[in-house]
Amino acid sequence: MTGAPTRPDAAGRFGPYGGRYVPEALIAALDELTAAYEKAMTDDAFQAEFHRLLRDYAGRPSMLYDAERFSEAVGARVLLKREDLNHTGAHKINNVIGQALLARRMGKTRVIAETGAGQHGVATATAAALFGLECLVYMGEVDTERQSLNVARMRLLGASVVPVTSGSRTLKDAMNEAFRDWVTNVDTTHYVIGSVGGPHPFPAMVRDFASVIGTEARAQCLELMQRLPDAVVACVGGGSNAMGIFHAFVPDESVALHGFEAGGDGIETGRHAATLTGGSPGVLHGARSYVLQDEDGQTKESHSISAGLDYPGVGPEHAWLHDIGRATYASVTDAEAMEAFRLLCRTEGIIPAIETAHALAGAQRVASQLGPDSVILVNLSGRGDKDVATAGRWFGVLDQ
Amino acid sequence: MNAATARDVTSSGEVYRTARAEGRAALVGYLPAGFPSYDGCVAALLAMVAAGVDVVEIGLPYSDPVLDGPTIQVAAEQALRNGTRTVDVLRTVEAVARTGAAVLVMTYWNPVLQFGVERFATALRDAGGCGLITPDLIPDEAADWLSAAESADLDRVFLVAPSSSDERIRQTTAECRGWVYAASTMGVTGARAQTSAIAPALVERVRSATDLPVGVGLGVSNGSQAAEIASYADGVIVGSAFVRQVLEADSENAGAAAAGRLAAELAEGVRRQH
Repeated sequence: MTGAPTRPDAAGRFGPYGGRYVPEALIAALDELTAAYEKAMTDDAFQAEFHRLLRDYAGRPSMLYDAERFSEAVGARVLLKREDLNHTGAHKINNVIGQALLARRMGKTRVIAETGAGQHGVATATAAALFGLECLVYMGEVDTERQSLNVARMRLLGASVVPVTSGSRTLKDAMNEAFRDWVTNVDTTHYVIGSVGGPHPFPAMVRDFASVIGTEARAQCLELMQRLPDAVVACVGGGSNAMGIFHAFVPDESVALHGFEAGGDGIETGRHAATLTGGSPGVLHGARSYVLQDEDGQTKESHSISAGLDYPGVGPEHAWLHDIGRATYASVTDAEAMEAFRLLCRTEGIIPAIETAHALAGAQRVASQLGPDSVILVNLSGRGDKDVATAGRWFGVLDQ
Repeated sequence: MNAATARDVTSSGEVYRTARAEGRAALVGYLPAGFPSYDGCVAALLAMVAAGVDVVEIGLPYSDPVLDGPTIQVAAEQALRNGTRTVDVLRTVEAVARTGAAVLVMTYWNPVLQFGVERFATALRDAGGCGLITPDLIPDEAADWLSAAESADLDRVFLVAPSSSDERIRQTTAECRGWVYAASTMGVTGARAQTSAIAPALVERVRSATDLPVGVGLGVSNGSQAAEIASYADGVIVGSAFVRQVLEADSENAGAAAAGRLAAELAEGVRRQH
């Protein structure tokens, strides 16, 4: 479908989704951020510095890798966009460098972030060190345990990590705490939201900073094959890596866009984090989108083996692409994701993040639909070093 | 739900006007519905009204209260663990509105959205409630609520903050009915040792934008603070301090009694002459 708007309207909406459902106290900061972001998008000096840092510091462009043995195993040609090879090991650095530059332009001296798997927290701590900003990261207590390596990385980088003990003690609650901090310290502080959720302008802004992924990948596909892929596949929690790789392909009608959410123990068990597949429209964390909620509008706890996808909301642009049918969303269970995790390890010598493993399992499914002549571009959004303990337990490969 | 007719409902603006005529500020008191239990909440609210709370704010407990500090978070979590549903909030409204107090519901937006905005407005009116305070709904996003409130003749109380520009204060207060909620400090709910010095300046800015009464909240916990705010605002809003009385009590009866004692102290505070 063409004609899917890629800019939100003046009220920050993608169709009926998005908006600014936040306390009035934050509106001035959101207005300031919107103005700074809009100026930066057309400011050559900003763009030059952003792209210089992406190149010299983050290591862009990331490679497009023709994964032959994985392709053979899944029955279609799979190209991997190697965001795992970026500095800090995931796609999160792209957005964070952009927001840190904006924070500096706005004269903010402190940045805060929420993190699930810790990848966004590590990226934020990294950018804060690079720019000399004070940094505090909120992380659910459950996640500080299952992603302890990333907690240590953030602290080594000079950030404070605050384990959040309220609610489900995961990403949702870390985000609540970050909003509370922001509303209190908004004069000095920029809240570096790590996904394409939250109030306007975050969904469009984070998408724009992440869209370098798809812009590069599209050009790399044309260079490699003189054609576009048949499908683009990514995992979706909040949805930043997916929007990052989808964005450049939205106008390409021939390219199918597939997002794979965390199915946890299976949608039918109710223990999952598949917001578009198993949720309904509502408001959470500043935006109208899909939410996992009960009939009273209370947010349900999500469940996933992957801390980074364990979130009961999703970015509003995904909700829009879902409703208009431009992108297709389905879920992948913990078990399916871990099988795909093992397959990539064994066929390509690449240990992916467990988040990313959901995209790989999704790619297997898309491959079986499209057949051997098809080309599937997968966003390999992060590396799996942080998940070695979880995966080791799953596969029983740790010495007792 | 009993069908309270429109004339039974006490509007919050009316209560503010009465207080003003008496040369004092109105006292606004908050508790989340279902905390410490359905009955315990109603008992505490009735004790608060009996001791001098003029306007009652009944909180709709929500899973993700981003504008609330630890005290109200704990209370809301307890209410939800008790199985409090949106319909229980409306029952609480009905039980308290019978006293003739002006009763508003303070709620994050998603529970209203899921109940159905018009359906909620009608049910609230039928329960004898007079309006809504919406901490995460700004007028820019409130078209559905404004039209439902108009049909159901309900007050809509939006918040203004120290960070609000004069232009936004003008826009926001233009959409308020009843009164305006001024958040006295930047931050989440919770009792503070000192109330903010920026609150009087904010109230001043609100007054230059509207004739509506202005209530000041976030941080008030004792009679002296109430008296201080009453010297420049039309209403003194107290939430976390009531919640804390109930939280720290040994029993629901003791909690209701403690909330009543605090209400009496605050009611004296808002009547102190300066």
